[in-house]
Amino acid sequence: MTTTERATVSPPQRTTPASHTPRRRRADLGFLGTVLKYASLVAACVAALMPIVTIFMLAFKTNEEYRTTGPLDAPSSWLNFDNFVTAFTQGGMVTGFLNTGFILVVSITGTIFTGTMTAYAIDRFRFRGRPLVTGLFLLATLVPAVTTQVATFQIINGMGLFNTPWAAIVLFTGTDIVAIFIFLQFMASIPISLDEAAMLDGANRFTVYWRIILPLLKPAVATVVIIKGIAVYNEFYIPFLYMPSRDLGVISTSLFRFMGPFGSRWEVIAAGAILVMIPTLVAFLFLQRFIYNGLTSGATK
Amino acid sequence: MSIAPSAARQDAERPSTRPSARPRRRKTAGWGATPWLFLLIPLAFLVTFTYVPVANMFWYSVTDWDGLALEKGFVGADNFVSIFTRPEYFRVFAVSLYYLVGAGAQLILALYFATLLSFNTRFKNFFKGVIFFPYLLNGVAIGLMFLYFFRPGGTLDSTLAIFGLQDPPLWLGDPSIVNISLAATSVWRYMGLNFVLFLGAIQSVPSEQYEAADLDGASSWQKFRFIILPSIRRILGLTMILAVSGALSAFEMPYIMTGGANGSTTFVIQTVDTAFRFANVGLASAMAIVLLVIVLLITAVQRKFFPDEKATVE
Repeated sequence: MTTTERATVSPPQRTTPASHTPRRRRADLGFLGTVLKYASLVAACVAALMPIVTIFMLAFKTNEEYRTTGPLDAPSSWLNFDNFVTAFTQGGMVTGFLNTGFILVVSITGTIFTGTMTAYAIDRFRFRGRPLVTGLFLLATLVPAVTTQVATFQIINGMGLFNTPWAAIVLFTGTDIVAIFIFLQFMASIPISLDEAAMLDGANRFTVYWRIILPLLKPAVATVVIIKGIAVYNEFYIPFLYMPSRDLGVISTSLFRFMGPFGSRWEVIAAGAILVMIPTLVAFLFLQRFIYNGLTSGATK
Repeated sequence: MSIAPSAARQDAERPSTRPSARPRRRKTAGWGATPWLFLLIPLAFLVTFTYVPVANMFWYSVTDWDGLALEKGFVGADNFVSIFTRPEYFRVFAVSLYYLVGAGAQLILALYFATLLSFNTRFKNFFKGVIFFPYLLNGVAIGLMFLYFFRPGGTLDSTLAIFGLQDPPLWLGDPSIVNISLAATSVWRYMGLNFVLFLGAIQSVPSEQYEAADLDGASSWQKFRFIILPSIRRILGLTMILAVSGALSAFEMPYIMTGGANGSTTFVIQTVDTAFRFANVGLASAMAIVLLVIVLLITAVQRKFFPDEKATVE
């Protein structure tokens, strides 16, 4: 701590050697600032982790313990996995993970294809109607998705997709404009001379897209897979609205349904919530850098 | 990650300066139909699931449709009149104020922590990860977690008891407090995203600028004011608009945690309940349009104050 503090305040000291009092005041201020800085960072961590840690401890408690001990007390045994077993088997978590997995794979694949095709058409062609198409995609970002479900519901229902996983899949695939912007940004950095060279060799536009653009877009695809994956994994309202059947529960809706049957068994609910958060934690630990970069490039669309 | 966002973005900002833009236009002149083949499926999705619903919403909003009947009775502007005149519909706008205040606090906190971590800090990645992590979590898991956090005798009450504060209020049961608790939960959930975006923008400033400032004897505040703040002006503008429209369309946390009970109904909860619980699609569509118009207005205002935002995709 002291070294960092000295590093930041020493240059001003060097430049103002004449006056002694301001120097000391500034050094004091620097020390106080460092203390405040780390105190606030630790406070932020406590605030961020406290809710998670308490339900983590709760997940290992027996029902008896839940009723007799406080939320801040550690469980008597850290090896009591009963609640996890209950949550997993009776809470429909297996179905939830399977359904989420299926929807995740199909809709991410769909997003990659629709997104790259759109970006390819917009970035590599000049055609009448191009500004209109770009404008349509831009304008769509402004429409708050939850509220249009009022009318989208009628369309999904009319297509006979209500209460099938395809309702979620088409909605996740069809409306991802952020992915398009990520592909657009990245495609602009792929030199057009590559396209032109391939076309001189006789490749047509589809070959260029499939053989040159798509492989070169791999890093952008990775970004989209990550941020789309997180979004689909966490989505609650679309599955809740369109897939009410119990067999079609995704992890969000399965967990949401815990509130009914397990209403008085908070230790099981806690175990369910922890089970849902574990894949997120693992993904975060391994993909941190990609997640940060993906969000930064996605949000600045 | 090799996405090289800054370089790519700069490229996209000024496509006309790209040397090959002109010859390419000539070359593709004979390929009139090709771009449309690529756009066929994406546009079909976009139109079917975004524009048709929005158009339908305008149509439904002047009817009394219940979502099932074959006939839709035309009622003119009645739905809009009831939204703005009947207090039970109008009151929910007040709930948005809690989320707006929350959004303000969220931006300030995010900016504060991003600035702190942009200076030399020990365990920087650890702090960054912990502050950001909540953003990645599943909304339902967060909702359940905070139901336990706020329940009587739950985590919050126990923590307060350690500091000697007895008789805490009902955090989610008291109508005068419930919205504060829910807005705080939203801040907990979303602050990490703003924080990471700010930090990314601040760190894209070349370190020479800080070194030069150090040599000139700049204080931390001066560095913040004259180096950091200008560098994040754009992302700040974007985040503000997202925060405001997010506050107006607050939905998931209150819906999962209280279902809108105890006066925690937000405008969007009201809208979806009107449509799907009370089967009044006409009125719900009118409400959705009101929200859409407000969001568009805010965006227009933001574009006015933070221009050149949109140069990115030409």
